[in-house]
Amino acid sequence: MAKQSFEAALKQLEKIVSELEDGELPLERALKKFEEGMRLAAFCSKKLEDTEKRISLLLKAPDGSISEQPFETNDP
Amino acid sequence: MTLSHGTGHVFSVTELTTEIKSLLEKKFSFVWLRAEISNFRVPASGHFYFSLKDRTARIRAVMFRGQNRRLTFKPQDGMRVIGFGRISLYAPRGEYQIVLEHLEPEGLGALRMAFEQLRDKLAQEGLFDEKHKKTLPFLPQTIALITSRTGSVLYDMLHVLERRFSGLNIEIAPAAVQGDAAPNEITDALELVNIHGKADVIILARGGGSLEDLWAFNSEQVARAIFKSAIPVVSAIGHETDFTISDCVADVRAPTPSAAAEIVVPQKHDLLQHIDELQQALANRMRQHCNQRCSQLERLKKHIVDPRRQIQMQKAQIAQIRPRLERSAVSMLQRKRGYLQVLTTILKNNKTIRYIQILKQEVEQYRLALERSGRQYLEMRQTSLTHLTKRLQDLNPTAVLKRGYSITREQAGGKIVMRAEAVKLGQRLEIILAKGLLEVTTHAKTDKNPFQFEDMD
Repeated sequence: MAKQSFEAALKQLEKIVSELEDGELPLERALKKFEEGMRLAAFCSKKLEDTEKRISLLLKAPDGSISEQPFETNDP
Repeated sequence: MTLSHGTGHVFSVTELTTEIKSLLEKKFSFVWLRAEISNFRVPASGHFYFSLKDRTARIRAVMFRGQNRRLTFKPQDGMRVIGFGRISLYAPRGEYQIVLEHLEPEGLGALRMAFEQLRDKLAQEGLFDEKHKKTLPFLPQTIALITSRTGSVLYDMLHVLERRFSGLNIEIAPAAVQGDAAPNEITDALELVNIHGKADVIILARGGGSLEDLWAFNSEQVARAIFKSAIPVVSAIGHETDFTISDCVADVRAPTPSAAAEIVVPQKHDLLQHIDELQQALANRMRQHCNQRCSQLERLKKHIVDPRRQIQMQKAQIAQIRPRLERSAVSMLQRKRGYLQVLTTILKNNKTIRYIQILKQEVEQYRLALERSGRQYLEMRQTSLTHLTKRLQDLNPTAVLKRGYSITREQAGGKIVMRAEAVKLGQRLEIILAKGLLEVTTHAKTDKNPFQFEDMD
């Protein structure tokens, strides 16, 4: 699947849950929806857990090049 | 000691007051005054009444509604102001006062004016229009913070971000947020983040301060840089009560830097919980779905009959029906046959044939009768013809002549003579006899003939 935004995936997941709630879907489609829903839920969780914490300082050198430096947080 | 006014002028109060009034108004027709406001009040008329004072003196002041309506700030007791007006004297009370045309807070006036002018100009250009506002991403992958590298604001925001959503990408583009260099540095930082192009959202933040402290965020340069940014900008300048031009241009205005961090990042915990709930719901719904189908299946199963049983049932039915079918076929055949016989019989002693014969006889009779009557008619006509011929012969004048009669007629014209009186003496007449013709001349005449018994007409 192409790059999917977290928000779109979450909305899709919510939609699938409410569709299944209707109970009007044919079994085969319901199963498909279910699988799709589980996949989206996994995707969303992963997206939330995966983000790698990184704080950097964005600096521009006199020659115009941009550099990223790690930013040390001496967080109290 | 007695004082005498002598020959000096004696003023009436009005006269004196009028003179003082004209003196004052002439001398102080335009004055600038630096003072502090006290006893400020606005009665129903809408005019401002207050006192202007300094450490050792005080003067009454009025600013009429027409003028005070143009003020962009609300005067308050204790506020230091610079005013412009003329001195006037109110004769009934013998009080003089300054009638103010203009009033501005001391020191702030120029900045305030510049702020309002720039705000109006940019508003007119449409920089604040709602249609330009970009939507913030729901879950940004990378957040850019533009603020002072030193100072608590940066750490406040990092703290909130970490608390709400641990493990976010954050890039910091440091910039001076006050002082002369600030507008340039802020503009550069905005450009830098945009060129770098990784951030989904920018927070432009500064802690609280005086209007002068926040001035960089009221500069046209910064306003335009914010407007230009392709990445959505959340402004968080000063405290909730501070409102800068940057706030107007930004896509979202946050009351404080910490609030900006909260606006930009959702609670990771809430989201995870939500997803968890959704996943649970999904499983439950699917189970329900399956259960429903199962019970549906059970219900349907009860209605299903073993096909072999069904075949047997149908066979029995057929066995039951068959004799009836055969019987009915035979009886139908018999019925048809009987019907056929009836038809044949009817055909044999067909009344139609007899009827035709009768008609034929009738026609023959009519024909004979017609012949007969035709003959009779002819005979009858023959008889009457003979009779008529006889009568016609009887009427023939020659036949009359044969019996001795004659016809007399005028020779000229041939007119039959019936009366003697119609004949002139000497007239020539012809007398037609049974045989031959006499030509005679009339010698005498008598009006009566020997057979005549009465007049003939």
